[in-house]
Amino acid sequence: MSAEKGLNLTLKVWRQKNSKDKGGIETYQVSNISPDSSFLEMIDILNEQLIGEGKEPVAFDHDCREGICGSCSMYINGQAHGPGRAITTCQLHMREFKDGETIYIEPWRAGAFPVIKDLMVDRSAFDRIMASGGFVSVNTSGNTQDANAIPIEKVNADMAFDAATCIGCGACVASCKNASAMLFVSAKVSQFSLLPQGQTEAKQRAINMVNQMDEEGFGNCTNTGACAVECPKEISLENIARMNREYLSASVAKE
Amino acid sequence: MALSGLFLIFFLLQHLTINFTSVFSPETFNELSHFMGTNFVVQAILQPVLAFGVFFHLAMGIRLELMNRKARPVKYAYSKPGANSSWVSRNMIITGITVLLFLALHFYDFWIPELKIKYVDGLMDDTTRYYPELLHKFENPVRVGLYVLSFVFLALHLLHGFQSAFQSMGARHKKYTPIIEKLGTAYAVLVPFGFIVIAIYHFVAH
Ligand code: SF4
Ligand code: FES
Repeated sequence: MSAEKGLNLTLKVWRQKNSKDKGGIETYQVSNISPDSSFLEMIDILNEQLIGEGKEPVAFDHDCREGICGSCSMYINGQAHGPGRAITTCQLHMREFKDGETIYIEPWRAGAFPVIKDLMVDRSAFDRIMASGGFVSVNTSGNTQDANAIPIEKVNADMAFDAATCIGCGACVASCKNASAMLFVSAKVSQFSLLPQGQTEAKQRAINMVNQMDEEGFGNCTNTGACAVECPKEISLENIARMNREYLSASVAKE
Repeated sequence: MALSGLFLIFFLLQHLTINFTSVFSPETFNELSHFMGTNFVVQAILQPVLAFGVFFHLAMGIRLELMNRKARPVKYAYSKPGANSSWVSRNMIITGITVLLFLALHFYDFWIPELKIKYVDGLMDDTTRYYPELLHKFENPVRVGLYVLSFVFLALHLLHGFQSAFQSMGARHKKYTPIIEKLGTAYAVLVPFGFIVIAIYHFVAH
């Protein structure tokens, strides 16, 4: 039990009935919010309140509530997943806010992430990018090789693992002034290209995934670095450089 | 963007070197200027390449900006970009267009009169006119002020541009990138500062 006193907050929440609706900001009051509650719990409380008043609750994406699924997309007070580093919205605690504070809550904004309803956006563009090359074409039916059969340099294994921790949340796109998806795509390109199994298709993969990314209407990278700062998994800009390298050499070598 | 940017960075260094000679040796400055203005390779090959480089850089820059704006059709009601990125990295279009405006002035100031003198007035062989011309340009305090201001914007542009070019080309390395970043900062400060010093020197000394 926390002895701290509850927070009274003014919430400015983006409400939008469906993808066609124009939408707008609505203002709500919540009171006596425990500083120990998570941001999503605070939204749950708001929704209980709205339901009690006979109003439509705020639609938002969430699943694991422990920072691994990447669904809890919210742009809070001008930052993806709110203040704090290396966390998702579900890992954000209300103790980060002051009593009486006004909090803006908006959906990810990107042409490639259209709003479905309220704070929910359609991130299937990421799925299509993955489908365009984010895999290794090996037969895994019944004859899977032992993972340790191929020796892999520890450094590369670590870098591939770091890249693979990307949860596809889209905070990189949401934070980027150009709504660019380079950090996400580069993490996915890197997690494969750093390992021998992924190297065979590395060149084609880089080209296909980058082309799909452009087709989805994401912006271009201008190296502001906002993505890496806001990424809950601290994916590094090194991955973007690696993808640029691969894309360049693949384009030059292409017939 | 990256390649043309690096090319322009290289050009800037050469330009600064020639300008610098004007501080300690008007004769060398005259000689070099005359060489640059009359040498066939410089005029017929390097100059068009440079013009193309400048044009390509600005055209691609504007195209990039327009595409990137399109990628976020609905803006945030409340955004705090300063929390995760630097002003210079986000405003390359502003610093770039300022430099472009300066370039327009520079053309009007140097290039157009230069063409007139060379081809209309037929003073192609005058080897001593460059230094007095330079001094003349730096007499007016408003012009010197504009000149200084433009180079401040160029410095801001380079602060991001130098290292960004390397990242875009995939040149990133645990050991070398910190060096490139330091070099970029040094270049972005020192080179525009050099141009500023030359302008102020001539303004004050003559
Ligand atoms: S790179 Fe980071 S911010 Fe982008 S989708 Fe992956 S985890 Fe999210
Ligand atoms: S709900 Fe899964 S990461 Fe937040």
